[in-house]
Amino acid sequence: MKLLRDIRLLYMDSMRHSFKNPMLIFLSLFQPLMFMLLYMPLLGGLGAVPGITGGGTLNLFIPGLLVMQAIFEGGFVGFSLIDDIRSGLINRLLVTPVSRSAILLGKILRDTTVVLMQCVLITLVALPFGLSLNPVGFLLSLVLYALMGIIMSSISYGFALIYKSDDSLAPTMNTLTLPISLLAGIFLPLALAPLWLQYLGKINPFSYGVDATRELFMGNFLNVNILVGFVVLGVMAVAVFYWTLYQLNKMAK
Amino acid sequence: MSSGNVIETKELKKTFTSKERGNKRIVEAVKGIDLAVRKGEIFGFLGPNGAGKSTTQKMLSTLMLPTGGAAKVLGFDLVKEQAEIRKHVGFVSQSGGADLAASGAENLVLQAQLFGIDAVSAKKSAEEFASRFQMTSFIDRVVNTYSGGQKRRLDIALGMIHNPQLLLLDEPTTGLDPQSRAYLWEEIKKLKSDGITIFLTTQYMDEADKLCDTIAIMDHGQIIITGTPEQLKDSVGGDTIILTFSSEEIAKKAEALLTEQVIFERIQTTDASVHLTIKNGERTMPDLLRLMDGCNFQVQGAMLSRPSLDDVFLKYTGRSLREEAKQ
Repeated sequence: MKLLRDIRLLYMDSMRHSFKNPMLIFLSLFQPLMFMLLYMPLLGGLGAVPGITGGGTLNLFIPGLLVMQAIFEGGFVGFSLIDDIRSGLINRLLVTPVSRSAILLGKILRDTTVVLMQCVLITLVALPFGLSLNPVGFLLSLVLYALMGIIMSSISYGFALIYKSDDSLAPTMNTLTLPISLLAGIFLPLALAPLWLQYLGKINPFSYGVDATRELFMGNFLNVNILVGFVVLGVMAVAVFYWTLYQLNKMAK
Repeated sequence: MSSGNVIETKELKKTFTSKERGNKRIVEAVKGIDLAVRKGEIFGFLGPNGAGKSTTQKMLSTLMLPTGGAAKVLGFDLVKEQAEIRKHVGFVSQSGGADLAASGAENLVLQAQLFGIDAVSAKKSAEEFASRFQMTSFIDRVVNTYSGGQKRRLDIALGMIHNPQLLLLDEPTTGLDPQSRAYLWEEIKKLKSDGITIFLTTQYMDEADKLCDTIAIMDHGQIIITGTPEQLKDSVGGDTIILTFSSEEIAKKAEALLTEQVIFERIQTTDASVHLTIKNGERTMPDLLRLMDGCNFQVQGAMLSRPSLDDVFLKYTGRSLREEAKQ
């Protein structure tokens, strides 16, 4: 239970940092709000969209927008780790008896908490616009957003540990987040895409997350996409976390 | 662990492999060193930048795995018993590692808790350390507002909060103003009198001289010589007396006379000055001056200097540590 205690200590410490400046959490909501106000109305003009089992434009758009939030919010957390490496903070933690998984999980869980808070806020804003939402489905979809947050912040921390420099981390994460979000059918379902693009989407784990959360919002619990989403993202989250842990251990060799 | 040594290394080695344009380059940062640090002493690693001092400390703190050799820290195997070493050793790296966005108090409390201390006791020991290191006036401020000396004090308190038996300090006073340095020296001496063994690295000769019981001079990944400051200085071969005359010609004549009449270890004339390396310089000096006077040599200046650690470094490496520092 030492591991749980370590995680809790470092998580609370990270959270305290985030809430020293809560404006930052709200500031990063600006981008999704812009998409809602300035981009979503375009989709309304398309009329019926194939590949969607029901619901209006909002039900197509909001789950994807939340996936985007998870990808971009999680993708750029690595910069804070680079600061911590430079200031010697990580080295300081590495020579305490604290477990190395806890050093990462404290941060990753903080990032995930922030992502979930943002997802809830965006959804609340979207409700008056006519988003139809199954409450149980929404709660389950939060688990998927959390998994996506874990995946992205792990990747970001992993590259931060490899490069230890802002100059290399920024282009790497930019290069990754764009295709990941485009190939997930965030704004328009991939069902609209030509076949080759649909196949590319199939290798992107986040596309399964988008499909699963769209079904969950509608309350279509028996849809197989939901199970597939949980399995794909769950496996991916564990795999990526261990990759990042490996990078942390490698730093201390 | 034999004979009360806190650190013992045998052939401890660290090599790094770096790739440059596809070419593998092997850098031997530490080339197999043997160390013995006795319980309760202040042991200093003296050497220029890149000598391998920090790398050695990183290995001893379990931050880096050695490439070869063996070491015991507090009797625990450096590779197999890392967890035990982390519990009983404090390590303060050059950059310190305090969380700059948190207050000093928050840093101390978290650090104590990470060593398994419960929240209430952690808060208590944070307060204790704040007053012990005279930090109470600024401990609740965010660390990035601290001066260099204040931050250094916090760094050392962070390394001490779990009451380790051995404290590793990597260049504790680099970049500090003279006042903060003097203050830290006093603090380090106090830690020693509390029974803590201290292993520090430094590139300052005066620091090594004033603070350390034992000094190991390190250069190019190797330990060149180990001893007490006095032993090292004596190994240079006595004091230096410099007699200055009005011209080089007279100096040469004086050199000839001295060579005939005085027992010394080395003599050398540059310009109008004769440099004598001699035992017991203080007592010999008046005799020399009388001799010069009696033979009608007009001495225009006389200087006596004890050997410094720089002379030691110069003797064993052929380079001056002062010159190294300027580069």
